[in-house]
Formats: sequence, structure tokens, C-alpha cells
Amino acid sequence: MLRLPRLRYLRPATAAEAAARLAELGTRAMFVAGGTDLFPNLKRRQFEPDTLVQVPPLKGLRRADGHFEIGATVTLAEAAAHAGLRAALPGFAEAAGLVSSPPLRNAGTLGGNLCVDTRCNYYNMTYEWRKSIGFCLKKDGDICLVAPSSPRCWAVSSSDTAPAAMVLGASVVLAGPDGERELPVAALYRDDGIEYLAKQPHEVVTAIRLPAPKGLLTGYVKLRRRGSIDFPLAGAAVALTLDGPIVTGCRVALAAVASHPLEVPEAGAFLVGKRLTDETISAAAELAAKPARPLDNADLTHFWRKKMVRVIVERAIRRAATPSVT
Amino acid sequence: MPKVDGAPKVTGQAVYADDIDLPRMLHCKILRAQLPHARILSVDASAARRIPGVKAVITGQDLPIRFGILPVTQDEAALEGEKVRYVGDPVAAVAAVDEETAAAACDAIKVEYQELKPVMSIEEALKEAADEPIQAYTKRSDNVHRMVSYEFGDLAAGFARADHVREDVFFFQGSTHLPMEQHSAVATYAGGRVTLWSSTQVVHYVHRALSKVLELPMSRIRVIGAAHGGGFGGKTDPFAHEIVVAKLAMLTGRPVKCTLTREEVFYAHRGRHPVLMWVKTGVTRDGRITAMHFRSALDGGAYGSYGAASIFYTGTLQTVTYDIPAYKFEGARVFTNKAPCGPKRGHGTPQPRFAVELHLEKIAREIGLEPVELKRRNFVKPFSRAVNWLRITSCGLEECTEKVLAASGYADRQRQPGRGLGFAISAYMSGAGTAIYWNDMPHSEVQLKVDRTGVTLFCGAMDIGQGSDSVLAQIAAEELGLEPKDIHLVTADTDTTPIDLGSYSSRVTFMAGNAAVEAARRMRALLVAAVAQKMGVADLEEIDVADGRIGEFSFEEASVLAEEKFGALASAGSYKPPRIGGPFKGSGVGPSPAYSYSACVVEVTADARSGIVTVERVWIAHDIGRAINPLLVEGQVEGSVYMALGEALMEEQVYRQGLHKWPSMLEYKSPTFLETPEMHTFLVETDDPEGPYGAKEAGQGPLLPVIPAVNLAVQDALGIWIDEIPVTPEKVLRALEAKAKGEPPRFGPKVFPSVPYPEPIRVEPPDPGDLRVGDELEAAFPSSPRVR
Ligand SMILES: Cc1cc2nc3c(=O)[nH]c(=O)nc-3n(C[C@H](O)[C@H](O)[C@H](O)COP(=O)(O)OP(=O)(O)OC[C@H]3O[C@@H](n4cnc5c(N)ncnc54)[C@H](O)[C@@H]3O)c2cc1C
Ligand code: SF4
Repeated sequence: MLRLPRLRYLRPATAAEAAARLAELGTRAMFVAGGTDLFPNLKRRQFEPDTLVQVPPLKGLRRADGHFEIGATVTLAEAAAHAGLRAALPGFAEAAGLVSSPPLRNAGTLGGNLCVDTRCNYYNMTYEWRKSIGFCLKKDGDICLVAPSSPRCWAVSSSDTAPAAMVLGASVVLAGPDGERELPVAALYRDDGIEYLAKQPHEVVTAIRLPAPKGLLTGYVKLRRRGSIDFPLAGAAVALTLDGPIVTGCRVALAAVASHPLEVPEAGAFLVGKRLTDETISAAAELAAKPARPLDNADLTHFWRKKMVRVIVERAIRRAATPSVT
Repeated sequence: MPKVDGAPKVTGQAVYADDIDLPRMLHCKILRAQLPHARILSVDASAARRIPGVKAVITGQDLPIRFGILPVTQDEAALEGEKVRYVGDPVAAVAAVDEETAAAACDAIKVEYQELKPVMSIEEALKEAADEPIQAYTKRSDNVHRMVSYEFGDLAAGFARADHVREDVFFFQGSTHLPMEQHSAVATYAGGRVTLWSSTQVVHYVHRALSKVLELPMSRIRVIGAAHGGGFGGKTDPFAHEIVVAKLAMLTGRPVKCTLTREEVFYAHRGRHPVLMWVKTGVTRDGRITAMHFRSALDGGAYGSYGAASIFYTGTLQTVTYDIPAYKFEGARVFTNKAPCGPKRGHGTPQPRFAVELHLEKIAREIGLEPVELKRRNFVKPFSRAVNWLRITSCGLEECTEKVLAASGYADRQRQPGRGLGFAISAYMSGAGTAIYWNDMPHSEVQLKVDRTGVTLFCGAMDIGQGSDSVLAQIAAEELGLEPKDIHLVTADTDTTPIDLGSYSSRVTFMAGNAAVEAARRMRALLVAAVAQKMGVADLEEIDVADGRIGEFSFEEASVLAEEKFGALASAGSYKPPRIGGPFKGSGVGPSPAYSYSACVVEVTADARSGIVTVERVWIAHDIGRAINPLLVEGQVEGSVYMALGEALMEEQVYRQGLHKWPSMLEYKSPTFLETPEMHTFLVETDDPEGPYGAKEAGQGPLLPVIPAVNLAVQDALGIWIDEIPVTPEKVLRALEAKAKGEPPRFGPKVFPSVPYPEPIRVEPPDPGDLRVGDELEAAFPSSPRVR
């Protein structure tokens, strides 16, 4: 069986202390929250820290003046089941409820989901397998096996909640050893399969703030092979405001088609001032699909996945506009 | 009736091999090849040996004797010393105080290789080898493993008689078994004897292989089947890790355990062969088959395994499903640098079943016949003999077909785009009629002991979850007037139980069941005789055996009377299938004492926009002969449906850059409960004369019709032919694109490669009414070369 390496495990009492520990230990240490992403990765030796620093309990899911404030260790299951969140921001709650499988959602946290490692099927394999095929840039090697001529890593951002948060204009609260700062979720990511987070490695995500203005319509549609467990092959998050039949605001962001959650402002902008018709929805979806660049490093063919982006964006727009329609 | 071993399994009491934890036990890890094809120049284990906690390191030199499941292909080494043939081939093994140390030691072993060009497809394997063939013993310059060719009846005349002839090419992708439990084995060596606990389907063949490779007589080896977490054919070969732990236990004098990782299970494999198929059939105007010519090319992976038999299985059972008056079969298996293929549920028969069901449907449409009608006109008849001499006894094809057609409303279905139904049938063997090693001994034996502890039944049969323990207990209970819980079972232990050849080829209920019937009837006779004497009854028939009583006495009282009269109470029973194969060389693969039959209708929704196919409902009827335990039979049928749907829609044993692309349970897509559709299962009872209480097999046959039924349902829904599996969304879209462009609305292989098949062995067909078997049949053809 694959076993975890031997590790030192620290349980600081506060986020600031956790950040201080990590700042002190540097790359030898990593944060762990629910561990649902990190533990399998450690077993396959995707990371080789000698210390794990537990993210302390940062619970609480409350609504305050027009936004939701959710603690980073609130589980995906808790977020998905929260009645207020489901009513106000169904797109976000559903994205949380579509991550992996029920047992993993009971352990996996929102903070962990925002920070989830990028994926690639040349990378999420055991040490022995990677040794056989040849190590790649992301761990132990010096070339990218998917795009050998490229100097960078194209591993795929696979968070379902990140695009759902982005279309809301959400932000995260980060705690460092010397205090807190707030950062838009859109600014949390970098277009790089390896250094995919723009925050300081020692900063703890302590909370996520989701604006929930009245009348905002949201939807998330996820494409995956098996509805009970798989990572997204593509995901589309949409947030819409309408004035009667006319779109007054629209944001579209995609999961799993790039190394970061990908917002496509053109698609949203296109719809503003228009009615939602088959034609406008389809045209917006086509715009949304343009920058999606799936590669041959996930399930099924990238040719097919690229085609499907349009389909799921259309479905997500419809789902946001008519919340009761599935 | 629930399984006798159900409660221990769900409460965690069952002891699986990996649960065994013995004092001073060492842990073993195996170093596996990281190149698909290479010569081993040197293995340097000195650094590994120096790691504290490492107790032994062994390499190819320590286990040079080759083994393999079939006598004709003894081509595996527990550790390869000369060359490696696929990524995953075992090269060295370590025993250490814990798994981490063993793994670190494996990583420290330096192997120097000379790379050879890997062969990764059937087409490449048919060409001259670039560097050297994968296996030298074939004495060929290409990578063809074996070929067979038979012609039964006059093919040319058959085609000449046809009003319509059609050819098609199909491809069936390989898949793996994916049992929940990873393979695991623990060995001890004490008093000059090896004891091995293993998660295996074939205790007996593991016993044989250990004896051969370790050079110990079988009497100095004991093999025990541990509680089993699923095999499906994936644990039907003797495996390297079983031999390695035994060797390491002998060297260290300490118990040694090896549990494979999930990745290693993908390398152990022995799964479904990828098969390319070409089929040509002639029919009359009214849809009667006049002749069929079938060719297969199997991608065998790097070793023989069951491959020599698998080739036959892609050809032989066509004739026990449809009545084919003239039949030619040409089959070939090639070696490639992939994990070895072998027997997966249905062993070699789902592939041709898929091809033939689609092919006949195409023919029916061409000649304007309703496909179900064409198929029905060609169903085999009960109690007949096929053109290749296979003997058919009971056959419930018609009843099965009626059941699923009626329940699904197939004939009157509303045609609507994106929704479709597909129909297909199948036949499967209730146990192979010939043993792997030819001998005249029984294939299965049962012993019974009755004493103060009650009834104990001893049998070598290995319950791999299919329920063989429950069936044995039920049969003994039935004959002795007891409840299954009253029968204590001792199974799958070469020291304490008499032989059963193993849990493969759907043979256990049939063969061990027949042996159990015989043993229990003999025991019953003893008990009845003692009771009759006590009661002063002359006619033994008057003594009732039921509800825990024998005549006037409780079972316990009766057993005391019998022990007083006869001494120690023991009985035995055994079963050997009749010899059925026809009078020609190679007739040993395919004969079975009875065939099960299935019919299936699948309903799908198929989305033309995304190409995603969802199975909504499955109706399946299975001719089980007689259901000794209907709950278990339904479980087998539904498990088969589930496994078939995985193969039809998702599973792919694919390779990229010489490696298995995704040897992980998350990446290798297999359906979950959520993808499992509504199933309607019907059991048809035909009361087979040869089976125990009329029973036939259930474990494999019901898988077969499901896969073609899915493809046919997709065709019904979208008007496209997906002539290969799995039916992925992309293939559906490609076929729809072809259709939109006015091209043939199809996705699938275009050509069948040129294979250097030998001249066929020509066989005179039998009289279809000749049902003779065994000595009677042999006496009729005294000089025939019968090769088993
Ligand atoms: C079979 C399987 C299927 C999955 N499917 C999906 C899926 O469909 N969609 C999806 O999005 N994910 C999926 N996941 C990944 C994972 O379960 C989720 O992303 C989960 O939300 C991760 O949360 P966690 O608390 O378990 O994170 P952890 O595993 O604890 O951590 C993940 C990463 O985030 C960092 N981290 C965690 N919390 C913080 C914090 N508060 N501040 C800073 N850094 C932090 C950790 O250092 C680590 O690098 C799947 C995982 C598995 C094993
Ligand atoms: S994208 Fe390239 S570098 Fe990144 S993980 Fe995959 S193979 Fe490695």
C-alpha cells in the first residue's frame, strides 16, 4: 500500500501562529486543512515536506451587510448544505457540493479547495510511475511531458469553488505573521502550473468573503465522468443581474481549462444590455470557450473537452437565469 | 437466502491476506521494470543490502525456474534476470522490517538496462521485430504468439448458398478487473514446509507453481486461500509475489508479507484482451445463417498467461449461440510490451459476442428483416450438437428473449432521437470441460465429516465472493435435512481439503456442487441406514430426512446411531465432467457440460450535443438452469451488468509512451453506484440434466450481451454505429460528424491486418442430433487425435 512519509505534525492555536511557523520553516513545511488533496499527494511523493502545520479551526458561516463571510476550514459539505448560502448564491453552494465525493466533502475545506494543487495526469501518479516515464518540471524533472517544447508547466487548476467565487468578485482574508490582508480571489492565482498561488507561501487563508447583492443570479455547471467522485474536466460559473429581460451585469469564469481559474470578461460583457436568447447565450458561450486551452493531461481528449466548454457555459447561463431549471 | 460468509465480511471479522500479521513478520516490496522492453545488463543490490532493517534482497538468479498457468506457456519468472518485457515486470525483491524500508531498498537497487524497441500495438507486433522478439520461444521473427485455424463444415458451399454476404471489422478495447482487494500473500517457512496465505482464485495452481519454482514437493507446501476481496479472473494465475514471499520466508526464516499497491495490481493485470475482429457471414433471404468466417487478433501483452486458451474462446462459442452450419475460425495472439492479458469475466468471449451481435444487426437491416427476428431464427436448439462438436443441453434462449422483450416493450418502443433500446444475447460455459493439466482425476472433490461437532464439509473451492461457500453449505443442508448455518465449512486449504481446481470458468457451483451432492447423499445413506435399523423399518425410502430430523430422531441422535453402527462417519464425493470435445486436435477448449444463456435489452439516452451516453435501464434474463440461491444468482447477474457497462462506456487499458496511462483507481474510469442504472433481472429455469439440481453458471455469461446491447441502443438513439468499445463521447461525436457529412455514420476500425494464419484444420461436422459424450463418443471415433 502507499504510505504517508514520516512527518512532524504541528497544531498551532491561531492562524498567525501557523503563519509564523511556516515562515520559519520555509519549504520544509506545508499547511494542511482537511488533507483530502494533500494526503494523496504526499503518498505519491508530489511533495516532500518534513512538517505539516495544521490550519487551526476557522469556522463560521454568516451573512453580514450584503456578503457572506465563511471561515476557511468550513467544510465543503457544510457550505453546500447551508440554507442561506444556497438561497442567495446557489452557484457557489452547488460548486462546493459538486467537489469530489460525499466523504471527501465532509473533510475537505473551502480554504483547501481554493488552494488545491494543480493537476496533470503525468504528475498525479506514484513516485515509481513518474520515475518510469521520466520526471517532469512540476516535480523532480526539467521538461514538461505534455508540451515538451514549453518552458512552463500546464497543470490544470481544478478547484470548483474558485471560479464560482471569482464571478462574485469574492476576496480572501490572508493572515501572515504580522497581520491580515484582503485579496480578491481573482488575484490569488497565477497562470503557472507550479507556482499557481500568488499569495506568500506562509500566508494562511482564514476566510472567504462572498458578495451577495440582492437580485444576483448564479449558476455552476461541472463536467466530469463520474458524478460521484471525479475532478472537473471543465466547469463554468456564471453570475448575472437582470433588469427585466435585459442583462445588466454578467461574469463568466471557467474551471479546469487552464492553470488558473479563468475568467472570460468578453463573454460577460457581450451579454450586458442584451436579452437572454438562444442566440445570445450561444454567442456568449462561444466567446467564453475561446481562451480555454485544455491539453492532453486530463481525462478524455482535449479536443472533446474544448468543445464541451461552450456547452457547459450555455448550460450555466441558463441555470443561473432560471434557478429552478436543471 | 443471505451468504454464509456475509456477516463476517460486513462486520470486519473475515481475515484477508493483508490482515494477517504474524510475529516477526517482514514486509516485501518488489522492484519492477521501468522500461517496457529492455535487456538487463546488471543488477546491483549492494546499496540496498546495506540499508538497516533490510533482511534479504533477491533477484532473478535466486528464482530462475519459469512458470505459467498453462503447460504450453511456462514463460514467466518470479523475478526476471535477463530481460524485462513491460513496465511493471518484477526484477528484484526485498524483505525488510517495514514497508518503508523495503521501498527505500528497492529504490536503491541499480539496474543497468539495454533498451529495446517496445512493441505497443497488434499491427506492430505482426511485423518483423526491430531488435528482437519479446519472447524468444516462439522461434519467430515477428511477435506472433500463437495462431489457430479451423474449418467446420463446407464454408465455400455455405457462402455459395447465401443470398446475402456481409463483412465487418470491430475492435474491443482491453480492460482490467479492478477488484476491491489488492493482491496480497503471506508466507511462513517452518519445519521444512512452506505455508502461503494468498488472495487467489486458484489455490491448486499456486500450489503447483510454488512446487515447481521453489523445487519443493507439493507435500512440503501448504496453500491457504485467505478471505477474498474479489478476483473476476485477475487472481487466476500464479503470481510473482506469491513465489517471492515464499522464497524470502525460506531465506530469512521469518514470515513475509507482500501486498500489491493498486498500481501493481494494474501491472499484474491478466485482464481483457484488446481484440481486433473481422467477421463475414452469409444469410439466406429469410435470414438463416449459411456460413460464418470469423477472424480475431488478440493483443496479449508480454506473457502467455491463459492466452493460448483465450484465442480459442474468441472463436468457439459462436456456434453454441447461433446455429451456424459452416464455420471457419482463424485466431492469433500477439505479444506486446504491456501487462499480460488473461481471463477477465467472460474470458475471450465478450469480444466476439460484441462483434457478432452488431454484425447480425447490420445484416438484418440490409436485408430488411427486424434484427431480433433474424437473431431468433438462428438461435441454437436445446439438446443439439454444434458444427464444431460442442454439445448443447438445456437452452433457454427463447424464454430469455421473450422475457426481456416483453418487459422492456422493445417491439413497440417509441422512436425518439436521443433515446434508444438495444437487444443482444449470449451463451457461456458452466465450467471448462477439460482440466488445465490433463489427467483423469476429478475436477472437484468434497468430503463430509459428521460427529459431535455436527457436520463439517471440506472442499478445496475458493469463495471469491461469488458465493461458492454458501452453495456448498446449502447443498449439504438440503441433502441432510438441515439449515445452511448447520454446516461448518473448511475450504480452500491444500492441507485439509480435497481438491477443487479453482474459481475460474464458472465451474464451482456446477462441479463442486455435483461433488457435494454426491458426498452428502452418501452421508445421508449412512444416517438413514442407522435410523432405519433402529426403527425396524426395512424400506429406506420411508425414512424422511427434513427439518433437522431423520425419521423419528433428531439429526444429532441419528448421527450417534450411525457412528455406533459404522464407526467414524466420513463420506466423499467427486465430479469429473464428461469428455465432450469432438474428434479433432484442439477440441479441448470450449466444451462444457452445459451452457448458460442470457438475453438483454438496454435503454440509453444519448446526447447528440456532447456525445454523452447514459444507460437508463437494463432488462436481463438469464437461463440459470436452476437457481440454487436466487439472491446470489441475481447478484452475479447484476454484478455482470455493472461490469459490462464499465467496459461498454468507460474502461480502457491504454498505454502512453510505453506505460500504462493511468494505473490508479481515480484515473482509470470505472462506473460507481451513481452510474449504475435501474436493472430488471429475470431468472429462467431450464433444469439442466447435468448440473446439480439442474443448475448452470451465473458468474460470467450475463456480462456478454450487455455490451453489444449498449452499442445497439446508441445506434437506435442516434442512427450511428460505434463499432468499438468503449463508446466514449468523442467517438459518438465523430460518428455524428461523419453522418452529417454524408459519410458512413460509423466510428471504428477500418481494416483488419493481414495475419499469417496457418492452413485450417478441416473438421467434418457431427450429426446435430448426436449427443454422445465420453467413452461412447470416443468409441465411435477410435483413431481420432483428441488433444485436450
Ligand atoms: C478522489 C478525489 C476527488 C477530488 N475531486 C475534487 C473536485 O472535483 N474538485 C475539487 O475542487 N477538488 C477535488 N478534490 C481535492 C480536494 O478534495 C478538495 O479540493 C478539497 O476542498 C481540499 O480541501 P482540504 O481541506 O482537504 O485541503 P488540504 O488537502 O488540506 O490542502 C490542500 C492544499 O491547500 C493548502 N491549504 C489548505 N488550507 C489552507 C489554508 N487555509 N491556507 C493556506 N493554504 C491552505 C494546503 O497546504 C495544500 O497545499 C478531490 C480529491 C480527491 C482525493
Ligand atoms: S503540465 Fe507538464 S510540467 Fe506540468 S505537471 Fe504536467 S507534465 Fe509536468
